[in-house]
Amino acid sequence: MVIVETDRAAAVWHVLSDVMDPEIPVLSVVDLGIIRFVRWDANDELHVGLTPTYTGCPATEVIRGSVRRALSRAGYANAHVDTLLSPPWTSDWLTREGRQKLAAFGIAPPAEPVSSPRRLFGEPLVACPKCGSDSTEKVSEFGSTPCKAHYRCTECLEPFDYFKCF
Amino acid sequence: MNASAHIRYVLRLADTSLVLSQRLGEWVGHAPALEEDLGLANISLDLIGQARLLLTYAGELEGRGRSEDDLAMSRDQSDFLNLALVEQPNGDFGRTIVRQFLIDAFQMELYEALQRSKDARLAEVAARALKETRYHLRYSSAWLVRLGDGTDESQRRVQDALDDLWRFTREFFAADEVDEEMVRAGIAPSLAEIEPRWSARIDEVLREATLKRPADVRYAWHGKRGDHSEHLGYLLADMQFLHRTYPGASW
Repeated sequence: MVIVETDRAAAVWHVLSDVMDPEIPVLSVVDLGIIRFVRWDANDELHVGLTPTYTGCPATEVIRGSVRRALSRAGYANAHVDTLLSPPWTSDWLTREGRQKLAAFGIAPPAEPVSSPRRLFGEPLVACPKCGSDSTEKVSEFGSTPCKAHYRCTECLEPFDYFKCF
Repeated sequence: MNASAHIRYVLRLADTSLVLSQRLGEWVGHAPALEEDLGLANISLDLIGQARLLLTYAGELEGRGRSEDDLAMSRDQSDFLNLALVEQPNGDFGRTIVRQFLIDAFQMELYEALQRSKDARLAEVAARALKETRYHLRYSSAWLVRLGDGTDESQRRVQDALDDLWRFTREFFAADEVDEEMVRAGIAPSLAEIEPRWSARIDEVLREATLKRPADVRYAWHGKRGDHSEHLGYLLADMQFLHRTYPGASW
């Protein structure tokens, strides 16, 4: 019974791993760590728990719609997408694969865990996703979306986005 | 517990975020540099996200079926319960930064404490908002230091703005019966406990920015009781015009 339940959830996770973030199209909602659970209630209805990254992120509504459509296309017509506010999302929930995909896409992944004690002291060391150099500087705390800051590499001179530690 | 005090308390938090969000939105396309345009717009976005959660909750507490949009778009000036500071006009970039710094430092201490509220919904919103507010404060503090410890001109401008806006900070800590009732119910933290923490942070950043802390004032504004400066009406006219002219319009 337990094994069947796990298989059934794995199939849903598989569907979700193809739902991409509208702003960072290489990252799936699973890579982002915003899917918090997949489960069935007492009436055997599917519930998917989704945590928004930033409270006001406009992509949240789009993502919710994409998740619902993907599930419906895969045969889960009446799936519920439950919004979870607590615990709040953190960039520590990005998967290892997600971090690699970000870097390959040209966005520097969060430099270190939010819980790291080094975060108390100044700026994190952000490596340039283009040339790998550590000689980078922050241009602005804010970038093109709420989850990113704007950096510049002083080695290869390329500007780039940095996915904030949050 | 008095239900109406609870609703009013939630509306105070919601309206403060909503009105400040609207003010910051006025900078879009007008900020001194693209980076600051994005920065202010991003802060505005976080604030509107917070306001949406809080307004939705206030509507539920009220139980009259009013949605977040109804509350944002169909209330009049005297029904808005935001702190008077956040409705003050943007002025120049330095003035906007001073206003932001003063309120960021307050919201950070407030949300920090509200995380432990007995009201689970508020605690949940506060935990999220705290992370965002911490980032806003980093931004506004960094700019205040650059401008204060910058040129004679930039220092003069931010010092003038600070001297002018300081009088609105008294209201942050002027507890009234709503605040007191919420403290008794274990929903809100005591403002008297927040004040020294806010004050210490203000001193720390002002020192680094080589700015002078203005003398404290006795008079407190009563934005959170619905008594506003003349500026809020114009802001609401701008914000609510479309919805009120074409009720229910969507696209």
